[in-house]
Amino acid sequence: MSKMHVSASVNGEPVEFLCEPQQSLLNVLRDELNLTGTKEGCTTGDCGACSVMLDDRLVCSCLTLAAEVQGKSVGTIEGVANGDTLHPIQQALLEHAALQCGVCTPGYVVAIKALLEKNPLPSESEIRYWLAGNLCRCTGYDKIITAVQDVAQQMAKADKNAGEPA
Amino acid sequence: MSEAVNFKYIGTRPVRPDGVDKVTGRANYGADANLPGMIHGVVLRSPHAHAIIKKIDLSQVRLLDGIYAAVSGNDFPEVSSGSMGGEGGGDYKDLAANIMARNKVLYHGHAVAAVAARTRELAVEALALIQVEYEILDPVMTLDAAMAEDAAILDESMFTQGVDPKPKYPSNIASRIEFKRGDIEQGFLEADIIVESEFRTPTVHQGYIEPHACLASINEGGQATLWCSTQGHFDVRAASAKVLNMDLCDIKVIPSEIGGGFGGKTVVYQEPVAILLSRISGRPVKMVMDRDEVFRASGPASASHTRVKIGARSDGTLTAMSCWMAFEAGAFKGSAIMPGAMCIFTPYKVANFYIEGFDVVVNKPKVAAYRAPGAPQAMYACESLMDELARKLEMDPLELRLVNAVEEGVQAAYGPKFNAIGFRECLEVAKQHPNYTRALKEGQGRGVAAGFWFNVGMQSSAEVHINENGTVMVIEGNPDIGGSRASMALMAAETLGVPYEKVRVVVADTENAGYTNVTGGSRVTFATGMAVIQAAQDIISQAKQRAAATWELDEDQVDWQNGHAIPMPGVNADVEPLSLARIAANSGRTGGPLLGRASLNAKGAGPGFSVNIAEVAVDRETGKTDVIGFTAIQDAGKAIHPAYVEGQLQGGAAQGIGWALNEEYIYDEKGVMQNAGFLDYRIPVASDLPKIDTHIVEVANTAHPYGVRGVGETPIVAPLAAVANAVRDAIGVRITELPLSPSRVLESIDGA
Repeated sequence: MSKMHVSASVNGEPVEFLCEPQQSLLNVLRDELNLTGTKEGCTTGDCGACSVMLDDRLVCSCLTLAAEVQGKSVGTIEGVANGDTLHPIQQALLEHAALQCGVCTPGYVVAIKALLEKNPLPSESEIRYWLAGNLCRCTGYDKIITAVQDVAQQMAKADKNAGEPA
Repeated sequence: MSEAVNFKYIGTRPVRPDGVDKVTGRANYGADANLPGMIHGVVLRSPHAHAIIKKIDLSQVRLLDGIYAAVSGNDFPEVSSGSMGGEGGGDYKDLAANIMARNKVLYHGHAVAAVAARTRELAVEALALIQVEYEILDPVMTLDAAMAEDAAILDESMFTQGVDPKPKYPSNIASRIEFKRGDIEQGFLEADIIVESEFRTPTVHQGYIEPHACLASINEGGQATLWCSTQGHFDVRAASAKVLNMDLCDIKVIPSEIGGGFGGKTVVYQEPVAILLSRISGRPVKMVMDRDEVFRASGPASASHTRVKIGARSDGTLTAMSCWMAFEAGAFKGSAIMPGAMCIFTPYKVANFYIEGFDVVVNKPKVAAYRAPGAPQAMYACESLMDELARKLEMDPLELRLVNAVEEGVQAAYGPKFNAIGFRECLEVAKQHPNYTRALKEGQGRGVAAGFWFNVGMQSSAEVHINENGTVMVIEGNPDIGGSRASMALMAAETLGVPYEKVRVVVADTENAGYTNVTGGSRVTFATGMAVIQAAQDIISQAKQRAAATWELDEDQVDWQNGHAIPMPGVNADVEPLSLARIAANSGRTGGPLLGRASLNAKGAGPGFSVNIAEVAVDRETGKTDVIGFTAIQDAGKAIHPAYVEGQLQGGAAQGIGWALNEEYIYDEKGVMQNAGFLDYRIPVASDLPKIDTHIVEVANTAHPYGVRGVGETPIVAPLAAVANAVRDAIGVRITELPLSPSRVLESIDGA
């Protein structure tokens, strides 16, 4: 079977690629588009290291067929920082020492961003259940949860300030 | 080291130097390296747990278009027996046979052949064309089965070591070890109370999120370059050279960032295979395990069986401790029975002890180090029984431990006398901790346990280069698995008196760093840190010489304060202090660049003690246990970067909780693992755990300039028993086998 031609947007930029029908989005991101920030931990949707946004949905790119993204928008870790400025989530993870080996971190950044877009001030329990699909073997999750609580407060405050008349 | 020392940088919590790359996806891990012309290697794995390989035929697969190389054990050189040394130990001959089976397969998933193809998918398809003829043997899957007199034998040439006279028949028991002190029988006679029980723990996996991955490229002159995720690239070089009969200097190993290891990435699996496939194909070869392979063919940690007996006087003073313990080694000899046996009674002063241990081969993957290898299994048994003893004596379990706790000057069960250690301090902190005294509800329980790990020193090298503007490069050879670049930078900054932000740390490859042992054994901040400090002191000495030359003073008339050369007090010299930056800028005129270095075999790694408090709630309807509170208290000597020390305590606690409650390899009757994925081998997820409170005790290790003792491994030792003791407290019944899965808890509640 010949390869499929797919047009999509990745991190806001138009992208075209050829893929096998059975090829995963993770595989295409890493091996065809050289976006290796998205990590492979299991290929069975259990670890969340490959988390990306597909339009406004958080998905495991290992369980998403590359062909499915035709006409859609894909957001990866490489698109989270704004130019030379880290996203507040990335900054919070650093300041709270919320990573040790760091291989799960790109998936966390994408998943936390998705959480805070849906639920800007989640409870600890909501954070823990939202992130239950992202495995971290190093930290015991504690500092990740604290970082999310902290950055949620910061971002909510910044939004509020931005919304107030000058 | 007095407590009055005021550190400027040590003890602060700056952002790690490699942080930005790790939160943006820029950091390159094992599977992230690619080369032009690269092809993909995959491994054919045994479908049987125990079988003789009668024949392997690679002729068909070699004919397939797009296949560049195919190898089996026959394509590797013969490797003779020899000790590997290092943290993991083991034998090179076994390592070679584990990397690629020779005449026998010894576990389901054992590598029997490998191919390299244009794509990974093609390589996987091609495996079906490899013909292997097996003679299937009975799988030996448990300690009981392996130690039985009529057991099928894994290795006919294995006779139990440590037994005199040498046994007549081969055995699955690779070795027997024994430690004793005093008169064990007399000790039990002196006891007012004796408790005994036996405990079992299952096979568990380290569970690092990044699978093993490497990329090998060898040139026409036989010089190989290997990129890989490893805890020790010098060990990868040594093992690859041995297995392929190559010269060390023909292999360059470049460590990638590492996505977790916990001991499991001190072992070599695919790297020599990738080099061999590259040699045959003339192309770079990438090999990445999938998660299924990681579970079936890497790691795991030993399943164990331990019988313990403890005697005490009515005031709690221990009079005798004895144990019989057996650890599964997996397919080849070399479990962590030795450290397990050496540590089991170490936290306690006891005049009479007897420890007997057995290293036993079974048809499972060869075990690898897992964070304080051997200690969690051993201490789970000891600390569970100590809890029972406290109950029998109607004594507070922390008080029982305080009565018997080792301290400075006491001879450790494993031999040496303790220097300053913080065990008593940890116990005192636990006793006063609000999490120890707060009220619990119906169905909840609390348990405490102590943890201990030796920690190691071993060999390290470091260089400190001063850039021409005075900024600092630290060059070292330990892959950064949990923030060690930050620790190195803090120690360099403190020693030199320059800001942390002006220090960069490079983890260099085998050609650019001096020889350095693995990132393991809780040794990096201690031993490599010591090398970095000494290399920085070398810089200070040189900088003082340059300043002396500039000022026309003698070298001993110059002091170093806050990153500046200044005249010694009392020296009459009308000069301005010279900063490291000014000395560096002027270095061309005073003798050339400043380059400091140190290499050492670090002695005096201070042992690490901990005390954990677990609080659980057990659902009596379902048997499910929730950890509702967890407190990890540990002596770090001196916490260089306290946030990363807390991270070690929390991460180890989470792994220990998983070991206690969820994790185990489940096998069918043919020896095939049934849960080789993260869905069914369930490591704790965020919603399984509570906040993990930490308390860092600091009893300085006098062997380290800043008081450091290792912290990485001790945290996983105490949680197993702490959780088990809490469950015992909650349900009123002692379960003596891990994991404390809902079904097992429910059975115990129903049976009680």
